[in-house]
Amino acid sequence: MAEQALRKAPLGGFHGGSAAAHVTAAGPATRLSLRAGADAVSALSKALGLDLPQKPKTSASANGRHALWLGPDEWLLIDENEADLAALAAKADALHSAVDVSHRNTAVLVAGARAAEAIASASPHDLSPKVFPVGACARTVFGKIEVVIFRTGEQEYRVECWRSFAPYAFALLAEGAEDAGL
Amino acid sequence: MLLIYCPYCEEERSELEFRHGGDAHIARPTNIADITDEEFEAFFFLRDNPKGLIFERWRHVHGCGRFFNAARDTVSDKFFASYKAGEPKPDLPGISPATEKTVETYEATEGTAK
Repeated sequence: MAEQALRKAPLGGFHGGSAAAHVTAAGPATRLSLRAGADAVSALSKALGLDLPQKPKTSASANGRHALWLGPDEWLLIDENEADLAALAAKADALHSAVDVSHRNTAVLVAGARAAEAIASASPHDLSPKVFPVGACARTVFGKIEVVIFRTGEQEYRVECWRSFAPYAFALLAEGAEDAGL
Repeated sequence: MLLIYCPYCEEERSELEFRHGGDAHIARPTNIADITDEEFEAFFFLRDNPKGLIFERWRHVHGCGRFFNAARDTVSDKFFASYKAGEPKPDLPGISPATEKTVETYEATEGTAK
């Protein structure tokens, strides 16, 4: 009998995509849903080690940690090195709400020459470079679910979705990638 | 697909990201416990349901999550303007609400179809 419970990766063993758009499951990361007023931004930025973006659809990244603007007082923080973001935020002496959502979300990485087309197969969001340059991020809809799209490179995107929707998101992205590769 | 301008995201986004939130600029009485049932009914239930220009609350529920207000034409579905919650009704010079003649109605296009 197992002595301890095993945490399974929500997208373990999933594979798909095409030569034009690779679809892979992202590695584990810690995530924080952060809400704070304008007066707390500087203290939180200092505590988290990066400047919380203030402009719509922008992000800040440093050493594998990303802060994504989701709303006027809302950010999604992702740390690929699995640092304890909630503990870091707690060091800021300013009123804020920080909820650890590391295991609520998971991410699918889409990369390749036609990565944007693979995502656009099920999302109405405009991903053209003029309005969605590298570093841009947005919460939007993808098929029937809500996702956060984060452009990490010229041809690389990170699609954050809720864990329970991950198989749906992955399958739809893989389908889109196959269509984009035709 | 209808594109709606979100004043918080500062760009037009797909209608799929938005949810309608009823009439805008409805002031809640400050003396809510003192008003009569008729006054409460008028505040709580009665709406104008105009044909043409209407000011409504909308929520960018699958985007920034914020409520904002928008001026829309109920006949043509055209959005004239959207503005942040709490801001006064904007002046909309030169905007005349659509009439039945400016849109294709069922009667006009299919009325005699057999």
